[in-house]
Amino acid sequence: MAEPKALPPASGHDKLMIGQSVTGIYVAHAILILGIVIVAFPIYYTFVASTHSLQTILRPPLPLLPGDRFFENYAEALFGGVGRIGGVSVATLLFNTTVVALGIAIGKIIISLLSAYAIVFFRFPLRMTFFWLIFITLMLPVEVRILPTYKVMVDLGLIDTYTGLIVPLIASATATLLFRQFFLTIPGELVEAARVDGAGPWRFFWDILLPLSRTNIAALFVILFIYGWTQYLWPLLVTNRNDMNTIVIALRKMISFADADTEWHLVMVTSMLAIVPPILVVVLMQRWFVRGLVDTEK
Amino acid sequence: MSPRVVFPNKILPYLLVAPQLAITLVFFYWPASQALRQSMLREDPFGLSSKFVWFDNFKKVLSDPNYLNSIQVTAIFSISVAAVAMGTALLLAVMAEKVVRSRGLYRTLMIWPYAVAPAIAGMLWLFLFNPSIGSLAYGLRWLGINWDPLLDGEQAMALVVAAASWKQISYNFLFFVAGLQAIPKTLIEAAAIDGAGENKRFWTIVFPLLAPTTFFLLVVNTVYAFFDTFGIIHAVTGGGPGKATETLVYKVYNDGFVNLILGDSAAQSVILMVIVIALTAVQFRYVEKKVHYG
Repeated sequence: MAEPKALPPASGHDKLMIGQSVTGIYVAHAILILGIVIVAFPIYYTFVASTHSLQTILRPPLPLLPGDRFFENYAEALFGGVGRIGGVSVATLLFNTTVVALGIAIGKIIISLLSAYAIVFFRFPLRMTFFWLIFITLMLPVEVRILPTYKVMVDLGLIDTYTGLIVPLIASATATLLFRQFFLTIPGELVEAARVDGAGPWRFFWDILLPLSRTNIAALFVILFIYGWTQYLWPLLVTNRNDMNTIVIALRKMISFADADTEWHLVMVTSMLAIVPPILVVVLMQRWFVRGLVDTEK
Repeated sequence: MSPRVVFPNKILPYLLVAPQLAITLVFFYWPASQALRQSMLREDPFGLSSKFVWFDNFKKVLSDPNYLNSIQVTAIFSISVAAVAMGTALLLAVMAEKVVRSRGLYRTLMIWPYAVAPAIAGMLWLFLFNPSIGSLAYGLRWLGINWDPLLDGEQAMALVVAAASWKQISYNFLFFVAGLQAIPKTLIEAAAIDGAGENKRFWTIVFPLLAPTTFFLLVVNTVYAFFDTFGIIHAVTGGGPGKATETLVYKVYNDGFVNLILGDSAAQSVILMVIVIALTAVQFRYVEKKVHYG
């Protein structure tokens, strides 16, 4: 599948292909803008809500423009602590989530690089058995083994720990398959040349394989960071303490529909803080993101 | 695989696969085997003893009207999400292929929801459509619609479908754009010269050539709707009102963690496992071969 092309040169004008009409182009722009409005509106409105006072939010409809409580609301949520989640500040939640997302992304990349390296560049008994054992994990997502996995976590004393939040999620068939696929395209001559020059397996991995895999690693990193940041079921299972929650789980706890004491302005601030970091990663690393997406799913 | 140059080393490769293998065995295979075992056991209400009951749990689960309801809910939910998310994304991708000006900007703005966690997507939509404070709910009521997704099952379903589809549009959009760019422009121009109108060109050339992408996305969207939307359901409706939005994954969680019916929950897990295996098999059989129907 071809990678969507990056930004075309800003020619400024839409060039008509044969069979295209000017009206058609205008209609296309109109539909796209409508699409963007639908896609962006919930996020924009959350931002607007995060800058208004609780009183304003409780009296719909909410104004379409940001209010004047930006600094108060963000400071209160970030450093003041939110009552409904036991006074934990959003800064703590952001820290937890960052640790988890980075831990999962980096951990997955390291262990899949190593296992793919072993499977492609070595011959040893049980090699294919190991490969299949890893491959089959694709078919065992957390959702289908919720209770027994939880029991393992309890037995190992991993509830409410970063290890418990990260380690079980870093075994991934997808990343291993991706690296294996890429390693198989590396010509044998390269390995031979390295060996003739006296490079051992470690040297080859470090000096040749790793630099060659840079783009793949960057692409995978974006996808995995988002994956880690947006986890829900797993953190829900393995955290009880409020100060070990990820931001997504804490948000769920902050909302209560039954009674009116939900601090919506803080909820909205927290939502913004929960979605801005991953959006920045996706937008700023767009090239690798698109590549990673198309590659991992192939 | 062709014979290739390798490093002669007896121990190193085992050390290299060891971390991944250890995690896989402890957190994947062991729990999965426990789920299999548990699915054939029945515990007494106090959890003191259990006996082996073969497939009784499965029989019980599959004849439980609540489970059948949950299958139906999941089917409606998945089909709606796949249809809405893929339909919208295809329309937008086709439009984005037509324009040259600001194409990059459109794409940048279109990929935002991918980075939003499903549960948060659900909460944002709930905020907009919350009957008491949601601004869009206010609008709906102003239009005379009796809107209350917290009481009306169909409206609750509409809300979670909207949130789940919204989040998935980005993903589908990127893949449709990639698929469209792979179609030779000359083919379309030739048809235009032969006098085929825009609609006709789309349905007779573009759409059939997109089939592999569409098929691939269908599988991915189904998997997404089945498994990744747990957060949306849990955060927005909690399976309610009644059991109107209780999907299969939510029910496994609810029966196992909230109601503590272990045998049933395990049997449901195993049924889900079979579904995942089937979906993955389909994905690899057809998608890997890159089917072309033409």
